[in-house]
Amino acid sequence: MLLIHCPYCDAARPELEFRYGGEAHVARPADPATVSDEAWAQYLYFRANPRGLHAERWRHIHGCGRFFNALRDTVSDRFVAVYEAGAPRPDAAETKR
Amino acid sequence: MSEPFRIATGGDVKAGAPLTFMFDGVSYAGRAGDTLASALLAHGVHLVGRSYKYHRPRGVLSAGAEEPNALVGVDGGAGRFTPNLRATQVELHDGLVATSQNRWPSLAFDLGAVNSLGARFFSAGFYYKTFMGPRAAGLRAWKNVFEPIVRQAAGLGAAPTAPDPDRYAQFYTHCDALIVGAGAAGLAAALAAGRAGADVILCDEQARFGGSLLQERTATIDDAPASAWLEAALAALAAMPNVRMVARTQAFGHHAQNLVGLCERVGDRDSAASEGVRERLWQVRARDVVLATGAIERPLVFPGNDRPGVMLAEAARAYLARWGVAVGRRVLVATTHDSAYRVALDLRAAGVGVAGVVDLRDAPTGELVEAARGAGIRVLAGRAIKSTSGRLRIREARIGPVASTEAAQEERIACDALLMCGGWTPSVHLHAQSRGKLVWAPAIGAFVPGQAAAHVRSAGACNGAFGLAAALREGDAAGAAVAGGSARAYATAHDPPQTGARDIAPARSAAAKDKAFLDFQNDVAVEDVELAVREGMRSIEHVKRYTTTGMATDQGKTSNLNALEVAARALGKAVPEVGLTTYRSPYTPVTFGALAGASRGDLFDPVRRTPIDPWAQAQGAAFEDVGLWKRAHYFPRAGESMAQAVARECRQTRASVGLFDASTLGKIEVVGPDAAAFLEKMYTNPFAGLAPGRCRYALMLNEAGFVIDDGVVARLAPDRFHVTTTTGGAARVLHHMEDYLQTEFPQMKVWLTSTSEQWAVIAVQGPRARDVITPLVEEIDLSREATPHMSVREGRVCGFAARVMRVSFTGELGFEINVPSEHGRAVWEAVWAEGASREAVAYGTEAMHVMRAEKGYVIVGQDTDGTVTPDDLGLGWAIGKNKRDFVGKRSLARPDIVAAGRKQFVGLLTEDPAFVAEEGAQIVDARGGAGGAALGHVTSAYFSPALGRSIALALVANGRNRIGETLHIPIMGRTIAARVVAPTFHDPQGALLDV
Ligand SMILES: [Zn+2]
Repeated sequence: MLLIHCPYCDAARPELEFRYGGEAHVARPADPATVSDEAWAQYLYFRANPRGLHAERWRHIHGCGRFFNALRDTVSDRFVAVYEAGAPRPDAAETKR
Repeated sequence: MSEPFRIATGGDVKAGAPLTFMFDGVSYAGRAGDTLASALLAHGVHLVGRSYKYHRPRGVLSAGAEEPNALVGVDGGAGRFTPNLRATQVELHDGLVATSQNRWPSLAFDLGAVNSLGARFFSAGFYYKTFMGPRAAGLRAWKNVFEPIVRQAAGLGAAPTAPDPDRYAQFYTHCDALIVGAGAAGLAAALAAGRAGADVILCDEQARFGGSLLQERTATIDDAPASAWLEAALAALAAMPNVRMVARTQAFGHHAQNLVGLCERVGDRDSAASEGVRERLWQVRARDVVLATGAIERPLVFPGNDRPGVMLAEAARAYLARWGVAVGRRVLVATTHDSAYRVALDLRAAGVGVAGVVDLRDAPTGELVEAARGAGIRVLAGRAIKSTSGRLRIREARIGPVASTEAAQEERIACDALLMCGGWTPSVHLHAQSRGKLVWAPAIGAFVPGQAAAHVRSAGACNGAFGLAAALREGDAAGAAVAGGSARAYATAHDPPQTGARDIAPARSAAAKDKAFLDFQNDVAVEDVELAVREGMRSIEHVKRYTTTGMATDQGKTSNLNALEVAARALGKAVPEVGLTTYRSPYTPVTFGALAGASRGDLFDPVRRTPIDPWAQAQGAAFEDVGLWKRAHYFPRAGESMAQAVARECRQTRASVGLFDASTLGKIEVVGPDAAAFLEKMYTNPFAGLAPGRCRYALMLNEAGFVIDDGVVARLAPDRFHVTTTTGGAARVLHHMEDYLQTEFPQMKVWLTSTSEQWAVIAVQGPRARDVITPLVEEIDLSREATPHMSVREGRVCGFAARVMRVSFTGELGFEINVPSEHGRAVWEAVWAEGASREAVAYGTEAMHVMRAEKGYVIVGQDTDGTVTPDDLGLGWAIGKNKRDFVGKRSLARPDIVAAGRKQFVGLLTEDPAFVAEEGAQIVDARGGAGGAALGHVTSAYFSPALGRSIALALVANGRNRIGETLHIPIMGRTIAARVVAPTFHDPQGALLDV
C-alpha cells in the first residue's frame, strides 16, 4: 500500500483513502461541438502510459475529497511531486530526488 | 521408542520427557525443540512425500523455509487442518498429527507413481499442449485421458473443509529500522541500530534467533565461541527497550515505501488453545529496512538427485548441531564449494561415517579442503555424481570424471545419505520484491542486490558477502548507518574463507536412467528446460511458465539458479543475458486466515440497513443483497411461494395501494447559483426552464455517450436541487460530479452534498395512494391540479419536515415521501396504519422490478451494459435539444453511435405465455437455432401479473424496426419463438399517472 501526500491536507495518508483518476492534464475541449471526430477520439481514448514519470490524477476521496495531481514513477511507484489541480506539471528536472 | 539417529543432545533440543507425535498414522517419539523434520530424521525417516507430477518418493532436502519436498498437512483437530507446511518449519508439540501429501494409497506404495512411466504426458508445456490440441480430439483426450490422471495426480495438499475456529490478529506498526533475519548480520545490525537509539524491529522466521550461528561449533567472535557471543548479543538486545524482537515471524512481502508484511506464528505450537491468536499479520511501515536474510544452498544437478537421503549439505550440519541428529551412518558429500568440507568435518568429528567428498573442481585447495584431507576424509577431485540408486532411500552413488559419459569409468560408493552443495544463492527475494535492482556477481555465480528502490540495505550472505566476518561487518555497518551510529569491528577466528565454482556442467552418463531434477517441488528436470528452449521459449519468463519451474511454494528458492543455468546453456547465452524471473510475494505461503484477520463471517463486509428495515424483518420479509444494502425482496405470507407473494404484491398495488421502502436511493443535494447550469452539464436534460417545485427524469452519460445512471432531479428553489441516483450508483455519481466540478468547471459556484442516508424514502404507489397519505400530510395540497405528476413539495408529514415528490416507478399514481431518517420508521408505520383500511400492501424489490418492467422503465446496469446510448433505449426525448454541451453529447455524434443497426431496447412476448426467458439469453433471427444470426439478448424477464403472462425486455439489433417480427431464443436443445413489441406492456398512454 502506498503512502500518498495530499497537497490540500498536507499530510501523507494510506492509499486506501485515495482513488486513482487516470492521466492528468487531459483537458476537456472547451467547446466539444467544434472538435473533429479524430480529435475527440484522442481526448476520449488515447493516453500516454509511460514507463517512468507519469502525471496523474488522484482524489483524496475518503479524506478532504479534493482532486489533485501527482508525478509518479511507474517503475518504482515513487511519488516525485504532488500538486494542486489546475497547476502546471512541475519540471521533471526540478523534481529529481 | 528409541531414536536411532539421535546421537547427541543440546542445541535446540530440550531435556525432559519425550513428546509423542503421529506421521502418516505411525506414532513416534520426539523432543521439545524438534521440528517435525528433525524428529523424523532422528528415527531415520527420510521418505516424507511424493512429488507433484511423477509421484517419485522424496525426502527431506533442507532444514529451513526453502524445503521443497517435505510438505505436510498438519491436523490440529476440527477445522485446524493446514496443508503444505514445510516439515522443516513445523515445531513439534505433544500430540502433533501430520500427514504426507500427494501419495495414494501410501508413501511406500504409490499408484500415482505410474505417472513416471507416462512421463511424456508431463513434459514441458504439458498443460499448454493438452489444451491447445486439435479441437475435437483435444477435448476428448482431455476428458477421457488427461483429466482423470491430472485429478488424481495434481495439487499440493488438500484444502481444509471445516470452518477455521481460530482467531487471527492484524496490526499496523511503524519503526525506524526493520531488520529481517537474526543471523550474525541481522544481530550485528540490531545491536548497532539499537545502541544508537533507533526504534528497531528484529524478526526471524525461526523459533530461535541466531541463524547459522546456531550450528556454528568452531568459529569464534571476539575470542568467544559463536554460541556464547550469540547468547550475549541476545541478552544485550533484550535489555534495549527500543528493540522489539519477534521470533517465528516470516517477512513475506516487501512493498513500495518499505511496507513489509510479516506473519507471526503465535499459537502454532498449541493450536488447540482457541482462546488465543493463531497467527498475527504485521504490516510494518519502516523508515529503513535492513535485509539480513542469508543465502540458500543450491542443489547439484545429477540423475537421481531427488532420492530420499539426498540432501543439502549444510542441512546435515544443522541437524547435527541443533538437534543432535545424524542424517545417515555412511554419508557421501558432493560439492563445488568449500563449505561442504566443513559439513564433512563436523560429521566426522561427531562420529558419523563419511564415505568421501566428491568435488567437481579439478584441484580444490584451501584451508577446509586441507583440513578434510588431514582428517583422513577421501577427496575425489574432478569427479561428479553420475547416478544414484535405491528404491525409497539412496543406497549407492556412481561417481565418474566430470566430462565422462562412460559407465565403465564409474566407481560405485555405498551410502545412506548424499549431501550436495552447488554453492550458495543469496536470498534476494525481499530486495527484488521492493523493486530493487539485481546484478550478476560472476565470482559467486549468483545475482546480488543492486540499487535499492527505497531505503533498503542488504547485509551479509543475502548481499553475496559470505562468511561470519563479512556478515558481522556488513550488518554492523548497515545498522550503524540507518541509526546514525558509528560502526565497530568484530574479530572473528576459525572461520576459514570459502570459495566455490559454478560453471561446471557434468556430462550425463550413458548408464544414467533417472532424470536430473532442477525443481523438486514442480518435478521439472533438465530435459524439460532444454525442451522448452528447443520449442522456441527464449525468455526465462516463458521458460518458467512453460515448465512451471520455480512456481508454487518454492518461488525459486532452490531451483532458480540451476534452471537459469540450464536455460542459458541451451540458449548459448550467459546467465545475466537470459535474465531472471520476477520475485513475487509471498516468500513462503501465508494462510488465508492471517490475510483475512477479523474480516470473516458477519464482519466480512459492512451491512447497510434502512430505518424501515426492522419493520420489514418483523413482517417476515425475505431479504436480498443490493451492494452492501439488505433490501426487502418480498413479503411472503404463510404458505406462499416467492412467485405467489410477488404476484399478490403487484396485483394489490395496482388495484389499491402499495408501500415500498425506497430509502436506499442515492440522494445528492446540489446547491448554489450555478446549480442548474452544472446539472445541465451532468445530465442530458435541460434544467434552466425547470420551475421550482417540478421534477424531471434525468439521464447521466459518460463522456463516451453511454448511459451510466438515471434518476429524478427535483428543483426545490432556483439554486437548490434534490437529485436521486440508482441505489448502486450513489457513490459513483457523486464522484463523477465532483470530478467535473473540481477539474473541468471549477469556476461554477456549486456545492454537492450526499444526503443518501439523511432521508428515509417511503414510496406509496397505487390508485389509492393519495387517499392513504392525505390525512398525514400538512402544508401541501396533494390534489391532481396542485401537485401534478413530476412535482415536488415541501411540507410536513406526521409533523416532520418532509419532501413529497409525486413520482412513479410503477406506472400508478405515486408519491415518494422523504423524511429525516430518524423518523422514517414512525412515518412508515403511520402510513401503514392509514393503509390498513384501504387494502394497502407492502411490496419488495422483486415486485418493484416486475411493475417497472410492465411499464418498460429501464434499470441502468440491468437493461444497460455501458454500451447503450439514450437513443438505444428510446429515451432520445430526455436529451435537451437546444443544449450546446453536456457530458457525452459530443460522442452521440460519433460515426458508430449514429450508424444504423445499433441494438435497441424493445419488448418481447414469447409465443408460450407461460415461458419466462432467462435474463441474458441470446436472441437470434427468424432462422432460429445454431444457424441464426445473433441479434441481441434478453435484459429483463418476469411473469407479469398485470398481463397474466410472461414479458421480457431486450436489446435487439435494429429492434424498433423489428416490432411485429418473430425472433428466437435458443435454450438447451430447442428455441423459443418470441414476438418483438414496444417496451411498454401496461398502460402505454400513461393515463393512470394523471389522476
Ligand atoms: Zn486531502
